[in-house]
Amino acid sequence: MNAIEVVRAGALTTIQDLGRRGLAHLGVPRSGALDGPAHRLANRLVGNPPDAATLETTLTGVAVRAQAPVVAAVTGAPAPVRIDGRPAPWGLPVPVPAGAVLDVGTATHGVRSYVAFAGGIAVAPVLGSRATDLLAGLGPPPLSAGDVLPLGTPAAPPALVDVVPQPAPPDELVLRLRLGPREDWFTPEALRVLARARFTVASASNRIALRTEGPALTRAIDAELPSEGVVLGAVQVPTDGRPLIFLADHPTTGGYPVVGVVPEADLAAAAQARPGTPLRFHVVG
Amino acid sequence: MRLAKARRTPSAKGDDRGRVVNRTSGVNRGVRVRRVGDRALLVEVDSAEEVAALHAELLRRRAVGALPPLEEIVPAARTVLLDGLDAPDALANAIPTWWPLPPVTTDDGPLVELPVRYDGPDLAEVAARWRVPVAEVARIHSGFEYRVAFCGFAPGFGYLTGLPERYHVPRRATPRTAVPAGSVAVAGPYTGVYPRTSPGGWQLIGRTDVVLWDPHREPAALLRPGVRVRFIPEER
Repeated sequence: MNAIEVVRAGALTTIQDLGRRGLAHLGVPRSGALDGPAHRLANRLVGNPPDAATLETTLTGVAVRAQAPVVAAVTGAPAPVRIDGRPAPWGLPVPVPAGAVLDVGTATHGVRSYVAFAGGIAVAPVLGSRATDLLAGLGPPPLSAGDVLPLGTPAAPPALVDVVPQPAPPDELVLRLRLGPREDWFTPEALRVLARARFTVASASNRIALRTEGPALTRAIDAELPSEGVVLGAVQVPTDGRPLIFLADHPTTGGYPVVGVVPEADLAAAAQARPGTPLRFHVVG
Repeated sequence: MRLAKARRTPSAKGDDRGRVVNRTSGVNRGVRVRRVGDRALLVEVDSAEEVAALHAELLRRRAVGALPPLEEIVPAARTVLLDGLDAPDALANAIPTWWPLPPVTTDDGPLVELPVRYDGPDLAEVAARWRVPVAEVARIHSGFEYRVAFCGFAPGFGYLTGLPERYHVPRRATPRTAVPAGSVAVAGPYTGVYPRTSPGGWQLIGRTDVVLWDPHREPAALLRPGVRVRFIPEER
Protein backbone atom coordinates (compact mmCIF):
# COMPACT_ATOMS: atom_id res chain seq x y z
CA MET A 1 0.00 0.00 0.00
CA ASN A 2 1.31 3.46 -0.93
CA ALA A 3 1.66 6.20 1.68
CA ILE A 4 2.80 9.79 2.07
CA GLU A 5 5.05 11.12 4.79
CA VAL A 6 4.50 14.63 6.13
CA VAL A 7 7.70 16.68 5.69
CA ARG A 8 6.21 20.07 6.64
CA ALA A 9 2.78 20.22 8.23
CA GLY A 10 2.10 23.93 7.63
CA ALA A 11 0.12 26.17 9.99
CA LEU A 12 -2.87 23.81 10.14
CA THR A 13 -3.37 20.93 7.74
CA THR A 14 -6.23 18.51 8.30
CA ILE A 15 -7.65 15.50 6.50
CA GLN A 16 -11.09 16.26 5.06
CA ASP A 17 -13.83 14.58 3.07
CA LEU A 18 -17.58 15.19 2.83
CA GLY A 19 -17.99 14.89 6.61
CA ARG A 20 -20.44 13.12 8.91
CA ARG A 21 -24.15 13.34 8.13
CA GLY A 22 -27.19 12.28 10.06
CA LEU A 23 -25.55 12.42 13.50
CA ALA A 24 -26.37 15.98 14.60
CA HIS A 25 -28.95 14.61 17.08
CA LEU A 26 -26.03 12.98 18.94
CA GLY A 27 -24.10 16.25 19.06
CA VAL A 28 -21.77 15.22 16.20
CA PRO A 29 -20.89 18.16 13.89
CA ARG A 30 -20.94 17.57 10.15
CA SER A 31 -17.27 18.58 9.58
CA GLY A 32 -15.78 17.97 6.09
CA ALA A 33 -13.97 20.23 3.61
CA LEU A 34 -14.76 23.94 4.11
CA ASP A 35 -14.42 24.62 0.37
CA GLY A 36 -16.49 21.72 -0.94
CA PRO A 37 -16.15 22.54 -4.67
CA ALA A 38 -12.33 22.74 -4.40
CA HIS A 39 -12.21 19.40 -2.53
CA ARG A 40 -14.40 17.75 -5.17
CA LEU A 41 -12.36 19.22 -8.03
CA ALA A 42 -9.09 17.97 -6.54
CA ASN A 43 -10.58 14.48 -6.29
CA ARG A 44 -11.95 14.61 -9.84
CA LEU A 45 -8.55 15.64 -11.21
CA VAL A 46 -6.85 12.54 -9.77
CA GLY A 47 -9.71 10.14 -10.62
CA ASN A 48 -11.15 9.84 -7.10
CA PRO A 49 -14.81 9.75 -6.07
CA PRO A 50 -15.96 12.97 -4.31
CA ASP A 51 -15.92 11.38 -0.86
CA ALA A 52 -12.21 10.47 -1.00
CA ALA A 53 -10.18 12.22 1.71
CA THR A 54 -7.90 15.14 0.77
CA LEU A 55 -5.59 17.46 2.71
CA GLU A 56 -6.95 20.90 3.63
CA THR A 57 -4.17 23.42 4.27
CA THR A 58 -4.36 26.81 5.98
CA LEU A 59 -2.43 29.71 4.36
CA THR A 60 1.06 28.17 4.52
CA GLY A 61 0.57 24.93 2.58
CA VAL A 62 2.09 21.53 3.28
CA ALA A 63 4.91 19.29 2.03
CA VAL A 64 4.73 15.50 1.77
CA ARG A 65 7.01 12.78 0.42
CA ALA A 66 5.46 9.99 -1.67
CA GLN A 67 6.66 6.49 -0.79
CA ALA A 68 5.64 5.18 -4.24
CA PRO A 69 4.64 7.00 -7.46
CA VAL A 70 1.25 8.75 -7.13
CA VAL A 71 -0.78 11.32 -9.05
CA ALA A 72 -1.69 14.41 -7.00
CA ALA A 73 -3.61 17.64 -7.62
CA VAL A 74 -3.75 20.96 -5.74
CA THR A 75 -6.89 23.14 -5.87
CA GLY A 76 -8.60 25.76 -3.71
CA ALA A 77 -6.37 28.64 -2.66
CA PRO A 78 -3.79 29.12 -5.45
CA ALA A 79 -0.25 28.40 -4.26
CA PRO A 80 3.12 27.59 -5.81
CA VAL A 81 3.45 23.82 -6.29
CA ARG A 82 6.87 22.18 -6.46
CA ILE A 83 7.97 18.59 -6.88
CA ASP A 84 11.50 18.11 -5.56
CA GLY A 85 11.98 21.84 -6.00
CA ARG A 86 10.80 22.02 -9.61
CA PRO A 87 7.67 24.09 -10.38
CA ALA A 88 4.57 22.00 -11.11
CA PRO A 89 1.10 23.15 -12.14
CA TRP A 90 -1.62 24.13 -9.67
CA GLY A 91 -5.07 22.80 -10.58
CA LEU A 92 -3.89 19.91 -12.75
CA PRO A 93 -3.04 16.27 -12.06
CA VAL A 94 0.70 15.97 -11.54
CA PRO A 95 2.76 12.76 -11.19
CA VAL A 96 4.85 12.59 -8.02
CA PRO A 97 7.71 10.06 -8.35
CA ALA A 98 8.63 7.65 -5.57
CA GLY A 99 10.59 9.48 -2.85
CA ALA A 100 9.84 12.93 -4.29
CA VAL A 101 8.54 15.78 -2.14
CA LEU A 102 5.35 17.55 -3.21
CA ASP A 103 5.49 21.04 -1.69
CA VAL A 104 2.45 23.31 -1.65
CA GLY A 105 3.66 26.79 -0.72
CA THR A 106 1.99 29.75 0.90
CA ALA A 107 -1.30 30.66 -0.77
CA THR A 108 -1.06 33.68 -3.09
CA HIS A 109 -4.66 34.44 -2.21
CA GLY A 110 -7.41 32.62 -0.42
CA VAL A 111 -6.83 30.53 2.72
CA ARG A 112 -7.28 26.81 2.09
CA SER A 113 -5.65 24.67 -0.58
CA TYR A 114 -6.79 21.08 -1.18
CA VAL A 115 -4.34 18.33 -2.06
CA ALA A 116 -5.79 15.12 -3.48
CA PHE A 117 -3.85 11.90 -4.11
CA ALA A 118 -5.04 9.14 -6.44
CA GLY A 119 -6.68 6.54 -4.20
CA GLY A 120 -7.42 9.08 -1.47
CA ILE A 121 -5.98 9.30 2.02
CA ALA A 122 -6.96 6.01 3.61
CA VAL A 123 -6.78 6.59 7.37
CA ALA A 124 -9.45 4.68 9.31
CA PRO A 125 -12.84 6.42 9.16
CA VAL A 126 -14.63 7.48 12.37
CA LEU A 127 -18.43 7.40 12.18
CA GLY A 128 -18.27 7.04 8.40
CA SER A 129 -15.83 9.88 7.72
CA ARG A 130 -12.08 10.55 7.77
CA ALA A 131 -12.60 14.26 8.40
CA THR A 132 -10.81 16.02 11.25
CA ASP A 133 -13.40 17.78 13.41
CA LEU A 134 -11.68 20.49 15.43
CA LEU A 135 -14.73 21.24 17.60
CA ALA A 136 -15.67 17.71 18.66
CA GLY A 137 -12.18 16.23 18.38
CA LEU A 138 -13.28 13.44 16.03
CA GLY A 139 -11.16 11.97 13.25
CA PRO A 140 -7.39 12.18 12.87
CA PRO A 141 -5.53 15.03 14.61
CA PRO A 142 -4.07 17.84 12.48
CA LEU A 143 -0.95 16.78 10.59
CA SER A 144 2.49 16.81 12.24
CA ALA A 145 5.85 16.45 10.55
CA GLY A 146 6.77 12.77 10.37
CA ASP A 147 3.19 11.48 10.14
CA VAL A 148 2.76 8.69 7.61
CA LEU A 149 -0.66 8.60 5.93
CA PRO A 150 -1.75 5.53 3.96
CA LEU A 151 -3.19 6.00 0.47
CA GLY A 152 -5.97 3.91 -1.07
CA THR A 153 -5.91 2.11 -4.38
CA PRO A 154 -6.60 4.43 -7.34
CA ALA A 155 -10.09 3.78 -8.68
CA ALA A 156 -9.88 5.54 -12.04
CA PRO A 157 -7.26 7.25 -14.23
CA PRO A 158 -6.65 10.98 -13.69
CA ALA A 159 -8.91 13.44 -15.51
CA LEU A 160 -7.88 14.63 -18.98
CA VAL A 161 -7.75 18.41 -18.55
CA ASP A 162 -5.60 21.14 -20.06
CA VAL A 163 -6.25 24.00 -17.72
CA VAL A 164 -8.30 24.83 -14.67
CA PRO A 165 -9.16 28.52 -14.23
CA GLN A 166 -7.71 30.09 -11.09
CA PRO A 167 -10.28 31.95 -9.04
CA ALA A 168 -9.60 35.70 -8.98
CA PRO A 169 -9.06 37.13 -5.51
CA PRO A 170 -12.34 38.78 -4.48
CA ASP A 171 -12.13 42.42 -3.35
CA GLU A 172 -15.14 41.86 -1.16
CA LEU A 173 -17.00 38.86 0.21
CA VAL A 174 -20.73 39.12 -0.50
CA LEU A 175 -22.85 36.45 1.18
CA ARG A 176 -26.51 35.94 0.43
CA LEU A 177 -28.58 35.75 3.60
CA ARG A 178 -32.05 34.40 4.12
CA LEU A 179 -33.49 35.92 7.29
CA GLY A 180 -34.70 33.64 10.08
CA PRO A 181 -35.39 31.67 12.13
CA ARG A 182 -34.84 34.33 14.87
CA GLU A 183 -34.76 37.68 13.06
CA ASP A 184 -37.57 38.81 15.36
CA TRP A 185 -35.08 38.76 18.26
CA PHE A 186 -33.38 41.82 16.69
CA THR A 187 -34.43 45.43 16.35
CA PRO A 188 -35.52 46.73 12.93
CA GLU A 189 -32.42 48.93 13.03
CA ALA A 190 -30.21 45.87 13.59
CA LEU A 191 -31.71 44.22 10.51
CA ARG A 192 -31.05 47.38 8.47
CA VAL A 193 -27.44 47.38 9.69
CA LEU A 194 -27.11 43.71 8.79
CA ALA A 195 -28.33 44.38 5.24
CA ARG A 196 -26.31 47.55 4.61
CA ALA A 197 -23.20 47.69 6.77
CA ARG A 198 -19.74 46.67 5.70
CA PHE A 199 -18.20 44.10 8.03
CA THR A 200 -14.71 42.63 7.82
CA VAL A 201 -13.57 39.03 8.26
CA ALA A 202 -12.05 38.69 11.73
CA SER A 203 -8.74 36.97 12.40
CA ALA A 204 -10.41 34.74 15.02
CA SER A 205 -12.17 32.87 12.18
CA ASN A 206 -11.58 29.12 11.99
CA ARG A 207 -13.19 25.88 10.79
CA ILE A 208 -16.01 26.38 13.29
CA ALA A 209 -17.09 29.87 12.27
CA LEU A 210 -16.21 32.88 10.15
CA ARG A 211 -16.22 35.71 12.66
CA THR A 212 -16.85 39.34 11.79
CA GLU A 213 -15.69 42.74 12.95
CA GLY A 214 -17.91 45.73 12.45
CA PRO A 215 -21.16 47.00 13.86
CA ALA A 216 -22.86 45.07 16.64
CA LEU A 217 -26.48 44.01 16.15
CA THR A 218 -28.81 45.05 18.95
CA ARG A 219 -31.45 42.67 20.17
CA ALA A 220 -35.14 43.36 20.61
CA ILE A 221 -35.48 40.41 23.02
CA ASP A 222 -33.10 40.14 25.95
CA ALA A 223 -34.32 36.76 27.16
CA GLU A 224 -32.10 33.71 27.07
CA LEU A 225 -32.88 31.55 24.03
CA PRO A 226 -33.28 27.87 24.96
CA SER A 227 -30.73 25.77 23.04
CA GLU A 228 -31.89 24.88 19.53
CA GLY A 229 -30.48 23.07 16.53
CA VAL A 230 -28.35 25.13 14.15
CA VAL A 231 -27.50 24.51 10.49
CA LEU A 232 -24.40 25.01 8.34
CA GLY A 233 -24.27 28.66 7.28
CA ALA A 234 -26.34 29.88 10.24
CA VAL A 235 -25.50 33.49 11.18
CA GLN A 236 -25.53 33.46 14.96
CA VAL A 237 -25.27 36.59 17.06
CA PRO A 238 -23.60 36.06 20.46
CA THR A 239 -23.82 38.52 23.34
CA ASP A 240 -21.23 40.90 21.83
CA GLY A 241 -23.63 41.47 18.91
CA ARG A 242 -21.07 40.57 16.23
CA PRO A 243 -22.53 38.07 13.76
CA LEU A 244 -20.59 34.89 13.02
CA ILE A 245 -21.23 32.42 10.22
CA PHE A 246 -21.14 28.75 11.14
CA LEU A 247 -18.84 26.60 8.99
CA ALA A 248 -18.40 22.81 8.83
CA ASP A 249 -17.19 22.19 12.42
CA HIS A 250 -20.05 24.20 13.97
CA PRO A 251 -21.79 23.01 17.16
CA THR A 252 -25.05 21.14 16.54
CA THR A 253 -27.07 23.24 18.99
CA GLY A 254 -26.70 26.79 20.22
CA GLY A 255 -28.28 29.20 22.66
CA TYR A 256 -27.80 32.47 20.78
CA PRO A 257 -30.34 33.64 18.21
CA VAL A 258 -29.69 32.90 14.52
CA VAL A 259 -30.66 35.99 12.53
CA GLY A 260 -30.36 34.32 9.13
CA VAL A 261 -28.73 31.59 7.07
CA VAL A 262 -26.12 31.86 4.30
CA PRO A 263 -26.77 29.28 1.56
CA GLU A 264 -24.21 26.46 1.33
CA ALA A 265 -23.23 27.57 -2.20
CA ASP A 266 -21.74 30.78 -0.75
CA LEU A 267 -19.72 29.13 2.01
CA ALA A 268 -16.76 28.09 -0.18
CA ALA A 269 -16.02 31.78 -0.78
CA ALA A 270 -16.39 32.42 2.96
CA ALA A 271 -13.86 29.66 3.67
CA GLN A 272 -11.34 31.35 1.35
CA ALA A 273 -11.77 34.90 2.71
CA ARG A 274 -8.71 36.14 4.59
CA PRO A 275 -8.94 38.17 7.78
CA GLY A 276 -9.51 41.81 6.88
CA THR A 277 -11.55 41.03 3.75
CA PRO A 278 -14.57 43.36 3.54
CA LEU A 279 -17.83 41.46 4.00
CA ARG A 280 -21.42 42.37 3.16
CA PHE A 281 -24.65 40.42 3.50
CA HIS A 282 -27.10 40.46 0.62
CA VAL A 283 -30.48 39.81 2.24
CA VAL A 284 -32.60 37.68 -0.09
CA GLY A 285 -35.69 37.17 2.03
CA MET B 1 -40.17 32.08 4.52
CA ARG B 2 -43.68 33.10 3.47
CA LEU B 3 -45.23 30.01 5.03
CA ALA B 4 -43.34 30.38 8.25
CA LYS B 5 -44.30 34.03 8.55
CA ALA B 6 -47.97 33.25 8.08
CA ARG B 7 -47.81 30.98 11.12
CA ARG B 8 -45.92 33.29 13.36
CA THR B 9 -47.78 34.32 16.47
CA PRO B 10 -46.90 36.67 19.30
CA SER B 11 -45.79 33.62 21.27
CA ALA B 12 -42.71 33.59 19.07
CA LYS B 13 -41.64 36.66 21.05
CA GLY B 14 -41.28 34.59 24.18
CA ASP B 15 -44.73 34.66 25.75
CA ASP B 16 -47.86 32.65 25.25
CA ARG B 17 -50.18 35.31 23.84
CA GLY B 18 -51.91 34.12 20.72
CA ARG B 19 -51.57 30.43 21.44
CA VAL B 20 -54.69 28.78 20.10
CA VAL B 21 -55.31 25.09 19.93
CA ASN B 22 -58.10 24.46 17.47
CA ARG B 23 -59.22 21.00 18.48
CA THR B 24 -62.11 20.79 16.02
CA SER B 25 -59.82 20.93 12.99
CA GLY B 26 -56.91 19.18 14.67
CA VAL B 27 -54.64 22.08 13.71
CA ASN B 28 -52.44 23.34 16.52
CA ARG B 29 -51.82 27.04 16.08
CA GLY B 30 -49.44 26.88 19.07
CA VAL B 31 -46.84 25.19 16.92
CA ARG B 32 -44.62 27.60 15.01
CA VAL B 33 -42.82 26.39 11.92
CA ARG B 34 -39.92 28.64 10.98
CA ARG B 35 -37.92 28.47 7.78
CA VAL B 36 -34.16 28.05 8.32
CA GLY B 37 -32.33 28.88 5.10
CA ASP B 38 -33.36 27.03 1.95
CA ARG B 39 -33.33 23.47 3.24
CA ALA B 40 -34.40 23.37 6.88
CA LEU B 41 -37.34 23.98 9.21
CA LEU B 42 -37.37 24.78 12.91
CA VAL B 43 -40.53 23.52 14.59
CA GLU B 44 -41.17 25.30 17.88
CA VAL B 45 -43.56 24.06 20.57
CA ASP B 46 -44.33 25.10 24.14
CA SER B 47 -42.76 22.46 26.37
CA ALA B 48 -40.16 19.71 26.61
CA GLU B 49 -43.03 17.19 26.67
CA GLU B 50 -44.31 18.48 23.34
CA VAL B 51 -40.78 18.30 21.88
CA ALA B 52 -40.63 14.64 22.97
CA ALA B 53 -44.00 13.91 21.41
CA LEU B 54 -43.10 15.70 18.15
CA HIS B 55 -39.71 13.99 17.98
CA ALA B 56 -41.34 10.57 18.49
CA GLU B 57 -43.94 11.38 15.81
CA LEU B 58 -41.19 12.39 13.34
CA LEU B 59 -39.30 9.13 13.96
CA ARG B 60 -42.55 7.12 13.53
CA ARG B 61 -43.30 8.88 10.25
CA ARG B 62 -39.77 8.46 8.98
CA ALA B 63 -39.82 4.72 9.85
CA VAL B 64 -42.90 4.13 7.69
CA GLY B 65 -41.73 6.36 4.84
CA ALA B 66 -44.29 9.08 5.60
CA LEU B 67 -41.67 11.85 5.82
CA PRO B 68 -39.84 13.38 2.84
CA PRO B 69 -36.12 12.48 2.70
CA LEU B 70 -34.04 14.58 5.11
CA GLU B 71 -30.59 14.47 6.68
CA GLU B 72 -31.08 15.49 10.28
CA ILE B 73 -33.82 15.47 12.93
CA VAL B 74 -32.40 17.45 15.88
CA PRO B 75 -34.55 17.88 18.99
CA ALA B 76 -33.62 20.60 21.49
CA ALA B 77 -35.20 22.39 24.46
CA ARG B 78 -38.34 23.75 22.75
CA THR B 79 -37.70 22.94 19.10
CA VAL B 80 -37.02 20.19 16.60
CA LEU B 81 -34.78 21.09 13.64
CA LEU B 82 -35.40 19.30 10.34
CA ASP B 83 -32.37 19.77 8.07
CA GLY B 84 -31.55 18.63 4.55
CA LEU B 85 -35.04 18.92 3.04
CA ASP B 86 -35.37 19.38 -0.71
CA ALA B 87 -38.81 21.03 -0.51
CA PRO B 88 -39.44 22.38 3.00
CA ASP B 89 -42.65 24.29 2.13
CA ALA B 90 -44.96 21.28 1.85
CA LEU B 91 -43.75 19.83 5.13
CA ALA B 92 -44.02 23.24 6.83
CA ASN B 93 -47.69 23.28 5.86
CA ALA B 94 -48.34 19.70 6.93
CA ILE B 95 -46.73 19.67 10.37
CA PRO B 96 -49.38 21.76 12.23
CA THR B 97 -52.09 19.35 11.01
CA TRP B 98 -50.48 16.48 12.97
CA TRP B 99 -51.88 17.67 16.31
CA PRO B 100 -52.98 16.36 18.72
CA LEU B 101 -49.89 14.15 19.01
CA PRO B 102 -49.85 11.04 21.20
CA PRO B 103 -47.90 11.97 24.36
CA VAL B 104 -44.69 10.11 25.16
CA THR B 105 -45.35 7.81 28.11
CA THR B 106 -42.82 6.92 30.78
CA ASP B 107 -42.22 3.39 29.47
CA ASP B 108 -41.49 4.47 25.87
CA GLY B 109 -37.90 4.13 24.71
CA PRO B 110 -34.93 1.99 25.71
CA LEU B 111 -33.72 2.10 29.34
CA VAL B 112 -30.12 2.74 30.38
CA GLU B 113 -29.05 2.21 34.00
CA LEU B 114 -25.97 4.12 35.16
CA PRO B 115 -24.25 3.12 38.43
CA VAL B 116 -23.15 6.37 40.12
CA ARG B 117 -20.92 7.23 43.07
CA TYR B 118 -22.57 10.33 44.52
CA ASP B 119 -19.34 11.98 45.69
CA GLY B 120 -19.04 15.00 43.36
CA PRO B 121 -17.24 18.17 44.48
CA ASP B 122 -20.48 20.20 44.37
CA LEU B 123 -22.50 17.72 46.42
CA ALA B 124 -22.52 19.95 49.52
CA GLU B 125 -23.57 23.03 47.58
CA VAL B 126 -26.39 21.13 45.84
CA ALA B 127 -27.50 19.69 49.20
CA ALA B 128 -27.55 23.22 50.66
CA ARG B 129 -29.63 24.55 47.77
CA TRP B 130 -32.00 21.59 48.13
CA ARG B 131 -32.05 22.18 51.92
CA VAL B 132 -31.34 18.49 52.60
CA PRO B 133 -28.45 16.65 54.31
CA VAL B 134 -25.60 15.80 51.90
CA ALA B 135 -26.33 12.09 52.28
CA GLU B 136 -29.86 12.66 50.94
CA VAL B 137 -28.79 13.95 47.51
CA ALA B 138 -28.07 10.47 46.16
CA ARG B 139 -31.43 9.12 47.30
CA ILE B 140 -33.35 12.09 45.90
CA HIS B 141 -31.51 12.35 42.57
CA SER B 142 -31.60 8.60 41.90
CA GLY B 143 -35.27 8.44 42.89
CA PHE B 144 -36.47 9.92 39.59
CA GLU B 145 -36.46 8.45 36.12
CA TYR B 146 -34.91 10.63 33.44
CA ARG B 147 -35.23 10.92 29.71
CA VAL B 148 -32.69 12.22 27.19
CA ALA B 149 -34.44 15.28 25.76
CA PHE B 150 -31.65 16.14 23.34
CA CYS B 151 -27.88 16.07 22.80
CA GLY B 152 -25.44 18.92 22.30
CA PHE B 153 -22.32 20.58 23.73
CA ALA B 154 -20.21 17.52 22.88
CA PRO B 155 -20.81 14.22 21.06
CA GLY B 156 -22.87 11.99 23.33
CA PHE B 157 -23.67 14.69 25.92
CA GLY B 158 -27.36 14.28 26.70
CA TYR B 159 -29.62 16.84 28.34
CA LEU B 160 -31.76 14.70 30.68
CA THR B 161 -35.13 15.91 31.90
CA GLY B 162 -37.02 14.45 34.85
CA LEU B 163 -35.72 16.39 37.86
CA PRO B 164 -38.67 18.22 39.48
CA GLU B 165 -38.49 22.00 39.48
CA ARG B 166 -37.88 22.32 43.22
CA TYR B 167 -34.50 20.62 42.70
CA HIS B 168 -33.33 22.89 39.86
CA VAL B 169 -30.04 24.66 40.68
CA PRO B 170 -28.11 27.32 38.76
CA ARG B 171 -24.84 26.66 36.99
CA ARG B 172 -21.63 27.44 38.82
CA ALA B 173 -20.66 31.10 38.66
CA THR B 174 -17.23 30.09 37.35
CA PRO B 175 -17.06 27.10 35.02
CA ARG B 176 -14.36 24.50 35.60
CA THR B 177 -11.69 24.25 32.92
CA ALA B 178 -11.62 20.44 33.16
CA VAL B 179 -14.52 18.27 34.28
CA PRO B 180 -13.55 14.56 34.41
CA ALA B 181 -15.25 12.10 32.05
CA GLY B 182 -18.20 10.34 33.67
CA SER B 183 -19.07 13.27 35.93
CA VAL B 184 -22.80 13.40 36.71
CA ALA B 185 -23.95 17.00 36.89
CA VAL B 186 -27.05 19.14 37.29
CA ALA B 187 -27.94 22.62 36.01
CA GLY B 188 -31.35 24.20 35.61
CA PRO B 189 -33.91 21.57 34.62
CA TYR B 190 -31.24 19.19 33.31
CA THR B 191 -29.03 16.36 34.46
CA GLY B 192 -26.03 15.50 32.27
CA VAL B 193 -23.07 13.13 32.25
CA TYR B 194 -19.83 14.44 30.75
CA PRO B 195 -18.86 11.91 28.06
CA ARG B 196 -15.19 12.93 28.21
CA THR B 197 -13.01 15.41 30.04
CA SER B 198 -14.02 18.91 29.00
CA PRO B 199 -14.66 22.37 30.40
CA GLY B 200 -18.01 22.62 32.17
CA GLY B 201 -20.12 24.85 34.37
CA TRP B 202 -22.64 22.40 35.79
CA GLN B 203 -22.75 21.31 39.45
CA LEU B 204 -20.97 17.97 39.84
CA ILE B 205 -22.76 15.53 42.14
CA GLY B 206 -21.25 12.17 41.19
CA ARG B 207 -19.34 10.00 38.82
CA THR B 208 -20.02 6.91 36.69
CA ASP B 209 -17.52 4.49 35.15
CA VAL B 210 -19.83 3.71 32.22
CA VAL B 211 -18.38 4.84 28.87
CA LEU B 212 -21.04 7.16 27.46
CA TRP B 213 -19.42 7.89 24.12
CA ASP B 214 -17.28 5.63 21.95
CA PRO B 215 -17.26 6.44 18.22
CA HIS B 216 -16.05 2.89 17.49
CA ARG B 217 -19.00 1.29 19.32
CA GLU B 218 -22.53 0.76 18.03
CA PRO B 219 -24.32 2.74 19.29
CA ALA B 220 -21.60 5.37 19.74
CA ALA B 221 -23.75 7.38 22.15
CA LEU B 222 -25.37 5.61 25.09
CA LEU B 223 -27.56 8.63 25.81
CA ARG B 224 -29.56 9.34 22.64
CA PRO B 225 -32.73 11.44 22.43
CA GLY B 226 -35.64 9.38 23.74
CA VAL B 227 -33.53 7.02 25.90
CA ARG B 228 -34.77 6.62 29.51
CA VAL B 229 -32.11 6.79 32.23
CA ARG B 230 -31.98 5.52 35.82
CA PHE B 231 -29.11 6.37 38.14
CA ILE B 232 -28.21 3.56 40.56
CA PRO B 233 -26.34 4.77 43.69
CA GLU B 234 -23.15 2.81 44.41
CA GLU B 235 -21.68 2.37 47.88
CA ARG B 236 -19.09 5.02 48.59
